[in-house]
Amino acid sequence: MSREVMSAVIRGARGFVREAEEALQAALEAKGPEQEVGFPGTAFYLPMACALMGVEAKKVKDLEAIVEHCKSLVGMEPTEKMWLPYLGRGLDGGVAALLAQEVTCAIRYLNEEKIEAEHTGFISDAILRELGIQLVDGRMPGFAAILGPAPTNKIAVDTVRELQQRSILAFLLCNTDGRSMYDQLVEEGVEMGWNTYIVPVGRDTTSAIYVLNWAMRGALTFGGHKKGDYESCLRYCRERIFAFGLTFGPIPDDWYAVGAGAIVMGFPVISDHASTPEVRPTGVTTYEALIRETDHSKLVPRAIEVRGVKVKVEEIDIPVAYAAAFEGERVRREDMQTQYGGKYSNAVEFLRSRESDEVEDGRVEVIGPDLDEASPDVSLDLGILIEVAGRKMRPDFEGILERQLHRYLNNAMGVMHIAQRDQLWLRVSKDACEAGFRLKHLGTILHAKFLEEYGGIVDKVQVTVYTEADKVAQLLQEAGPAFDARDARVRGMTDESVDTFYSCTICQSYAPNHVCVITPERLGLCGAYNWLDGQASHEINPTGPNQPIKKGQPIDPKRGEWKGVNDFVYAHSNRATEQFSAYSLMENPMTSCGCFEVIVAILPECNGVIGVSREYQGETPIGMPFSTLAGSVGGGAQTPGFVGVGRLYLSSRKFVSAEGGLPRLVWLPKELKEAIRPQLEARAKEMGFENFVDKIADETIATDSDGVMAFLEKVEHPAFTLDPLM
Amino acid sequence: MVSSKKERSVDPAAQEILGIAAQESQQVAYDRYEAMQPQCGYGQLGICCHNCNMGPCRVDPFGDGPQEGICGASADVIVARNLARRSAVGSAAHSDHGRDIVHLLLSTARGESQGYSIKGVVKLRKLAREWGIGIEDATSAQLAEKVAEAALAEFGKQEGELRFVERAPQKVRERWEQMGVTPGGVDRDIVGVLHSTNMGGSNEALHLLRNCVRAGLADGWGGSMIATELSDILLGEPQPLVSEANLGVLKEDHVNILVHGHEPGLSDALVTASQSPKVLAACEKAGAKGLQLAGICCTANEILMRHGVPIAGNFLHQEFALVTGAVEMMVVDIQCIFPALKDLARHYHTKVVSTSPKAHFEGFQHIEFDESRALDSAEEILLAGVENFANRDPEKVHIPSDKSPLVAGFTTESIFDHLGGRYRPSYRPLNNGIMEGRLRGVVGVVGCNTVKQCQDEGHLEMVKELLRHDVLIVQTGCSAIACGKAGLLMPEAADLYAGRGLKEICDAVGLPPCLHLGSCVDNSRILTACIEICREGGLGEDFADLPVAGAAPEWMSDKAIAIGFYVVGSGVFTVTGDPLPVLGSPMVKEYLTDGMEKDFGAKFAFESDPVKAAHLIIDHLDSKREALHLDSMMYEPRPVETVGQPLQLEAAEAVAAG
Repeated sequence: MSREVMSAVIRGARGFVREAEEALQAALEAKGPEQEVGFPGTAFYLPMACALMGVEAKKVKDLEAIVEHCKSLVGMEPTEKMWLPYLGRGLDGGVAALLAQEVTCAIRYLNEEKIEAEHTGFISDAILRELGIQLVDGRMPGFAAILGPAPTNKIAVDTVRELQQRSILAFLLCNTDGRSMYDQLVEEGVEMGWNTYIVPVGRDTTSAIYVLNWAMRGALTFGGHKKGDYESCLRYCRERIFAFGLTFGPIPDDWYAVGAGAIVMGFPVISDHASTPEVRPTGVTTYEALIRETDHSKLVPRAIEVRGVKVKVEEIDIPVAYAAAFEGERVRREDMQTQYGGKYSNAVEFLRSRESDEVEDGRVEVIGPDLDEASPDVSLDLGILIEVAGRKMRPDFEGILERQLHRYLNNAMGVMHIAQRDQLWLRVSKDACEAGFRLKHLGTILHAKFLEEYGGIVDKVQVTVYTEADKVAQLLQEAGPAFDARDARVRGMTDESVDTFYSCTICQSYAPNHVCVITPERLGLCGAYNWLDGQASHEINPTGPNQPIKKGQPIDPKRGEWKGVNDFVYAHSNRATEQFSAYSLMENPMTSCGCFEVIVAILPECNGVIGVSREYQGETPIGMPFSTLAGSVGGGAQTPGFVGVGRLYLSSRKFVSAEGGLPRLVWLPKELKEAIRPQLEARAKEMGFENFVDKIADETIATDSDGVMAFLEKVEHPAFTLDPLM
Repeated sequence: MVSSKKERSVDPAAQEILGIAAQESQQVAYDRYEAMQPQCGYGQLGICCHNCNMGPCRVDPFGDGPQEGICGASADVIVARNLARRSAVGSAAHSDHGRDIVHLLLSTARGESQGYSIKGVVKLRKLAREWGIGIEDATSAQLAEKVAEAALAEFGKQEGELRFVERAPQKVRERWEQMGVTPGGVDRDIVGVLHSTNMGGSNEALHLLRNCVRAGLADGWGGSMIATELSDILLGEPQPLVSEANLGVLKEDHVNILVHGHEPGLSDALVTASQSPKVLAACEKAGAKGLQLAGICCTANEILMRHGVPIAGNFLHQEFALVTGAVEMMVVDIQCIFPALKDLARHYHTKVVSTSPKAHFEGFQHIEFDESRALDSAEEILLAGVENFANRDPEKVHIPSDKSPLVAGFTTESIFDHLGGRYRPSYRPLNNGIMEGRLRGVVGVVGCNTVKQCQDEGHLEMVKELLRHDVLIVQTGCSAIACGKAGLLMPEAADLYAGRGLKEICDAVGLPPCLHLGSCVDNSRILTACIEICREGGLGEDFADLPVAGAAPEWMSDKAIAIGFYVVGSGVFTVTGDPLPVLGSPMVKEYLTDGMEKDFGAKFAFESDPVKAAHLIIDHLDSKREALHLDSMMYEPRPVETVGQPLQLEAAEAVAAG
């Protein structure tokens, strides 16, 4: 009965609070109260304490209030007889456990304790943003925290595979007698990491906080709830974050304490062990709070049911599992059945539109030897031709649809798809081949997915797979001019050449006042949608989040302000944004939801701007890392001097063109600079600057404005020749 | 004919004491009741009128004699008018109790009382916010003074509506508006209703019946609600605690002092004073091992839920307690106090002390409670009690061993915490429990004891039948004590009596299946809990939509009439054991048990068989569930033969699971 559970919770919580108290005491003595403390890669200090208590803990002394609060939350265990209501006390104990774990872990970071190999430890804001988009667009329906090792390695593998199949992220935590599920999966050769949706976090119970304070940041970031507004934050977690715990074996007190914390967040716990009492009544969690399921084959389905996770199981008739979880899976050389393309042979994928009578829907033809007929050591040629027809299909959609192949094919377990067009590189694993996967299944997948996701414009899909060298060469010849024409069309498009832009309000679910305005020369700030995507998306779903915006009367062409755009933005930002400039950083810049790839920020001392990419966690010349910047830029508000953008926008002709454009760019993280060097170089040349990219500082040159300044003066950066920014 | 002690009470302690009283030839209420037989039929039917000096008049219920009074009032008018008076009297009693609490808060806020401090600061600030009383930089005392002044003004309000009317759901308020019963001022409404019953006043039965509601609402949404809220502010919000109930709490080697009545002001001071070194030293000097303070009736409930002081018994136990021969003193305040205590007091050694300026008794010693020196006078009272220990006659001491542990002290506010803790305060689990069919509904079983029924039987049988059908019970007053004595307020009772769904909820939260919410003014907590249930959502926007009901199986006081009218008048179906005294008018009975539903969203039912009454309630809950399109009940009712036996669910499941 739940009294025993709550007793265990309170005992467990008391242990975590004691641990935190001792760690804090030691830190106070060893490092002093003024010592700075925090986790790497977050703008939310100790995120759980920040959300629940509104505390911005920056120094060791700030942790004292958290520990004191924890102590006040841990009540007495319910008595054996004549007990007083214990649910509230147990839930409080759960919160105390989480807050205390967070203090302990922060001190671990302070003491530079090593995170175990292949375990994440604290999970950064960057990963939250990245996976958050998958949560928003439904590719990832939820996540599971797995506590302890399964009774057998097979059950461990089956469990994570079941989760993977449903694209549910699995965090591995906790050990029993030193063994955790991580060990089991290593033994079974299961690939782990963010790509495969199997993420080892830590071996101990205390590390559970990393999963939960990661989830809690969802409420602060995507929910936009204020720190300290614990009711809203917790409600958001329950209603929007579909997480649950899976425990293996008898549950010890400390797991119960963490479990109670999870339950406060609305995340139910499913135990595989017969000794676990159930807590069935609902209300704290959406459905049951604590459930027992001793049949391991039913564990994951039961968890999904209890959490109310909405899983769209892909009904694709292929002999291997299919889900977004497999998108990042690598097929290593030694596991490979066959590979095509890359640097080893010719391979191409090409999608084109046809008249309706030219396409037989569902026809998949393989011309040439199949997977199993090829020697594993040879790279074969491959051509994939997708022919689609639809009343609304237009040639300019071809590229958009073709780019989906990467996602569609990668989602099959044992299929690795890299690059695109005539750069294609495809591998299929031995396991997949043994399971019966053949080349025709590529067609099965593409047919099903195109109709499912693009049914609005595509009525018919047929796929032909070639493996004969001459047929592939022929297809390459056919595709080449089409690729060139496509590039030319996209490249050739300017904002002036269209009278309509597209909005994107997908992110209004968590930034209610944000409206992205996507123009041909300014892609969405997430980097995922360009103008053509907006157009296609609107065709597909006319009432969806991508709406056409008539530019209307120009107000200030240099700044990129039009009456039609202003009106649209005003109406769709809940009347929060009255004026909008597409090309200006300083005057009425675009708002940002939070998904931006890069933040562009003004560096007044250098009369220029810097770009900071999401991946870059270090310091920047304006004294704020990406995570802190993100906190002030996101959320749908206009912040002159700061704007979130997509990477490719940096090389656009319209990049802060109102302020002079590319020559304003004085600093970028090295990784970003190198990744887009060709595009930047091309744009600079167009503007008459030689070797411009080398004049942009990066973190290897300086991370302070004085250092950047000195460098810019040395290389005679053109920013100094421009009008003062402020 | 003398009834057997088993016909008089189901409580073994009471049965034992009744035997002793008979041996010692001491009379108790049952004896006087039997001597009173046959009771006046006109009175029972409500058709006797003595509202003017042309009367008394009475209407012949058999149709042979006069069918109207001298003034021409029909039986319908006489019955309704008598009922309106009684509703007004009940409302006046609760409300005047509330007024005293307000005065005590006010004098405490002004530093003019002794031994009190403002303990419910959270609730104070909440109420100040609700009433729009500025809280910028105000100290608790300053705020309490303003709140008390505002509360006091509610009594004398001459215009507008009572502040707490705003708490009621919109649909309830609309009905009140249509019926012209929206409470406007506690005293004004009571006076208005009394006026209407004066000779030649209102002479339309329906109008008088609406006045019954009006008087009731002034109590429930006025006097009682003010009493509850301000008691919590002054004396602290109750929290669940463990204590005991029944005569077994008296201790042979202790000085036993009982408090009896309703107001918590004095008794709270007595609790504080009972710890004083002076009192303890006096006990020692007197040869006693200590001082046992215990309570009877609603004063008992008040100090039980705030201090854990044990309960000696409910209403009829006031006499039984003295028959133990072990009570040195009984301190009484107001309401439900038998003047007959003086005779028992004379036979035993007990000193009975009255303390309220509002209630004096022949033969009692009167020491008037003065809040400006509350602690001093409490101490003086206790010392007098201790002194009386020397007069105890050991020969006459018979303390029954019966007592039961209980958990008490639930409030509308604390339920949030019990269901979600500090961070997830919510009624959601309760609403979900009802919506999913674990709980059939929530029923308030409340009210008095009466000699007309076997003591406690009505409460216990009804409650057990409801529990078996997965109904969560909330309780106040003497009904709560009845269940406390019988072990139904123990958390373990869920296992013994509750249906499976209710048991799951109790297990999950750690609740007893019957929640003790306090004294009879605390029936207002049931109203505020209904507000929270509506607010949480999913069960309708109106009290009349909710699968809830009220019951007073052993009612006797006019206060019960007022409560009945504010509960039904707020939209909650209510069953009384004995019928209201209206059977002399078929029209009035018809209105109360049927027609009223159209006007007020709910009606009364009269059913003296507690199990049948429970089924009227169950049918009602089911009809409300159906109207809300809720899930059907998750489990079958608990089989009647398993009632009182531990439910072997877990074991059965374990076997099934292998």
